[in-house]
Amino acid sequence: MNRHPSSASRLSLRAREALHGYGFALPWLVGFALFTLLPLVETLRYSLHRVTVTVTGIRLDFVEWANYTRALFTDPAFVELLIGYAVETLIAVPIVLIFSMIIALFLNVNFKLKGVFRTIFFLPVVITSGPVIRELAEQGATSAPGIANVPAVADFLAQLPSALRNPLEYVLTSFILILWFSGVQILIYLASLQKIDRSIYEAAAIDGASAWETYWKITLPSLATATLVNAVYTIITLSHFSENRVIKYIYNQTYAVQGGIGYASAMAFVYFAAMAALLVIVYLFLMLWARRGSR
Amino acid sequence: MTDARTIRLDSRRWLHLVDRARAFLFGSRSRRGIVLSLTLYALLIAIGFVYLYPLLFMFVTSIKSPSDLLNPMVQWVPNEIYIGNYVKAFRVLNYPASLANSIFASVAPSLLQTATASLIGYGLARYRFPGRRIIMLLILATFIIPPQNTVIPQMLTYRNLGLLGNPLALILPASLGQGLKSAIFILIFYQTFLSLPKVLEEAARLDGASDLRIFLSIAMPSALPAYIIAFIFSVVWYWNETFLMVVFLEGGVQTLPLQLSKFAQAYENLYPPGTVNIFDRLNEAVKMSGTFLNILPLLVLYFVLQKWFVESIERTGIAGE
Repeated sequence: MNRHPSSASRLSLRAREALHGYGFALPWLVGFALFTLLPLVETLRYSLHRVTVTVTGIRLDFVEWANYTRALFTDPAFVELLIGYAVETLIAVPIVLIFSMIIALFLNVNFKLKGVFRTIFFLPVVITSGPVIRELAEQGATSAPGIANVPAVADFLAQLPSALRNPLEYVLTSFILILWFSGVQILIYLASLQKIDRSIYEAAAIDGASAWETYWKITLPSLATATLVNAVYTIITLSHFSENRVIKYIYNQTYAVQGGIGYASAMAFVYFAAMAALLVIVYLFLMLWARRGSR
Repeated sequence: MTDARTIRLDSRRWLHLVDRARAFLFGSRSRRGIVLSLTLYALLIAIGFVYLYPLLFMFVTSIKSPSDLLNPMVQWVPNEIYIGNYVKAFRVLNYPASLANSIFASVAPSLLQTATASLIGYGLARYRFPGRRIIMLLILATFIIPPQNTVIPQMLTYRNLGLLGNPLALILPASLGQGLKSAIFILIFYQTFLSLPKVLEEAARLDGASDLRIFLSIAMPSALPAYIIAFIFSVVWYWNETFLMVVFLEGGVQTLPLQLSKFAQAYENLYPPGTVNIFDRLNEAVKMSGTFLNILPLLVLYFVLQKWFVESIERTGIAGE
């Protein structure tokens, strides 16, 4: 019996390790069940019902898919807001990615006053709250000075269908805001730039590569992972931002007489699906780009 | 003879000068030239200005007197520094109380969120157990799920428990790893603990220390930078969060951003439009003062800790692999 004492104790050691692992993860598992999974299922249930909040509790009347069909086919505002959101996000993501990459490349170079510029470019990370942004936007302080007022631009905008015009106008009038969403992304690019092995650049320089070639052949491919992380992060932050018009609409409908909790829940799921679709589209696009770049 | 010699000498010196000038302007192999440097600075200053434009605009507007506001000649340089706007905004925001509320409503959940996130990150980084990958995936999923999809049942539950308007409504999810952007903090700790050497922990284990003890006395202290950065970011994100605050704290605690979001209404309660003279009506200068007072605590925090913001995140490896 005692010929393999080690195998028995190794097994128990592994079980012990697993037990401790679960011990550390336990708070999260409990929290996930209580504060994420259960509410998510509840919201899904609400979305299939008409929900009436009474003094004693809530009353549910099963309405099948009525809330969803109403959101997608009868509500005049929701679909338009949703399309606007998708277009705005698809325009904002490349702006944020390119801007944060440029700033990170600048900040990765050694020069005097680097600290000052770093401080400036990370500042919005700290101060972007919904009400502050709303006040600034109302005063017109968030638009790139003057672009939307150029007559040619205004004429061009006037000819577009409203589903396209609104998001474009949004991009022009909140250009600085879009840049303000780049703080964390700049950090991620910087961290990833500093991980690139210096010796690759030296080897390329000895082979006579120009700065331009080095950028396209070495730097950019090395930033592929960071780009993916940044794209996902940008989409999620933009989608969760409390000044997002879809979110405001859903929130208002929660308390509206005509809407209610059931309808808002259905819209929340449609919104979630749209956001997931955007994530998949951008993710696939960047994967294709990275694969083509690595060839 | 002599003429040709001087000419040759001159041309050589001239060529040398040209070389040096070129190196000075366009740079050499070892250093950057002045043209490139100037371009770099010009670009950075231009972008920096566009970037800071809203803040500069806000600050300049906030110190404009009512007559400066009406004067079309005054754009960027007010005739006088007028602090009356700040006095009014200070009263409208009910500043001392709202500030205290904001600090409490962001620091309390952040402390608990950081503590739990580090426990979970440590468990995932240091132990192998079945289902670990699924948990990682679910953690990422919690980052993607919009708050709108979970907030209504939570709110109704809190209402039944009588917790609506109570900071506990924010503290409970945070202490169980479901706070604001918890997933990011768990990932930061996961990365940090993965990259820390295991040697010390193994030595302590041989000495018979328990797992929790090892975590508290060895892993935690060596991950201090990650704790600080996670806590600071958590505080800032909670401070700025209005959606959850509105839903969970409505009718209870009033934070600064909540006060700012109903600034106009609160102003009219304090200064009813019929009773004050035209100069005391709500104008954009007062609004901008309120906005500035709103971000002032964060600005102070940022400028005191800005080294931490930038440098430690590079070390904690938020970028992931």
